[in-house]
Amino acid sequence: MANIGNVTDSEFQASVLGSDTPVLVDFWAEWCGPCHMVSPEVEAIGNETAGLEVAKMNVDENPDTTRKYGVLSIPSLILFKGGEEVARVVGARPKEAILKELQPHLA
Amino acid sequence: MVETRDVVILGSGPAGLTAAIYAARADLKPTVIKGIDAGGQLMLTTEVENFPGFAGGIMGPELMEAMEKQAARFDTELLHQEISRVDLSSRPFGLWSGDEEFRAQTLIITTGATARWLDVPGEQEFRGRGVSACATCDGFFFRDKRLLVIGGGDSAMEEATFLTKFASQVTVVHRRDEFRASKIMQDRVLANPKIDVIWNADVDEILGAEGAVTGARLRDTVTGEPQKVAVEGVFVAIGHTPNTSLFEGQLELSKGYIVVEEPSTRTSVPGVFAAGDVVDSTYRQAITAAGTGCRAALDAERFLEGEGH
Repeated sequence: MANIGNVTDSEFQASVLGSDTPVLVDFWAEWCGPCHMVSPEVEAIGNETAGLEVAKMNVDENPDTTRKYGVLSIPSLILFKGGEEVARVVGARPKEAILKELQPHLA
Repeated sequence: MVETRDVVILGSGPAGLTAAIYAARADLKPTVIKGIDAGGQLMLTTEVENFPGFAGGIMGPELMEAMEKQAARFDTELLHQEISRVDLSSRPFGLWSGDEEFRAQTLIITTGATARWLDVPGEQEFRGRGVSACATCDGFFFRDKRLLVIGGGDSAMEEATFLTKFASQVTVVHRRDEFRASKIMQDRVLANPKIDVIWNADVDEILGAEGAVTGARLRDTVTGEPQKVAVEGVFVAIGHTPNTSLFEGQLELSKGYIVVEEPSTRTSVPGVFAAGDVVDSTYRQAITAAGTGCRAALDAERFLEGEGH
């Protein structure tokens, strides 16, 4: 249960892929209206969910990771566990709907 | 004990915020529960050229921010929450956001509509990987790529025109032999050298490989002849579905839209009013939504007065 804030291309390996706990990464950009709606939901999930970290990745500033995971819509929320993508939620969705997608992957 | 509010407004597009401005000025201290798509469909648009009063046009998100500020100025409570369940069987009405409960003497529903999907193979599989319903969100990812825009209305025209800022080529696919979009929007599309049109075509399948869109399979609606097009992205703009699943079985609906006693905004449940695109399958404009939002606030005010509030 933590919010590790913004991660960059260079930190992604260590902070997300190498993390012992699953990490939910919020791919976003300043100019994306729906991203601003979903970010508070992601922060709330980070604060309330045991055994999960949340992070934000700005797609403008971090094109490598964005491209590597084929993110072509934002907001996209990707759950990484043990260095692998295990779930993806595309588009602004309320907290409960996001949690429902994540739950099967959280111990 | 849960506080009972006089007026709760669900949704924060032009209908909801106009209702809030009028209800607040009537001293009803409305609560707006903004919903996850706060600001509504205008948040996904760019320049709005037909909202009266803005001679030089205004950006959609900017217009919504101004409406929200105007509502806040007159004592509107704005909550960034999404309602997941309602009980309209008795008054005060019950509303729940997760475990949190709200009670309302009157309810104004302005939950609007969201983009409709094609419902063809490949569409959901490649959503977020080349299939999108929001050009302003996702156009950025398709610099120098070839794109399809599906649809023939104003939204499709706007998306196609906007996407030429990024894409090398935009092809509009429409199922009829003429657009239903307004003349000015059509003309812009037809005059744009980066846009071409495939008329009389339905999308049968979105094609992709290795987690990315590679094209689409189309079918001519007249001859039935199939055709494959190679593109990296598909933007769907075929219309909208009203957001009424919360109210199924509790309010009278017609084809998914909330039924109101025109010209009022009264629904089948006394004390529940509805306005904007959740009611309107015909006009669907920011200004018509704002107009009906105003009516809903006045209807709610009269309803409360009639009960001696």
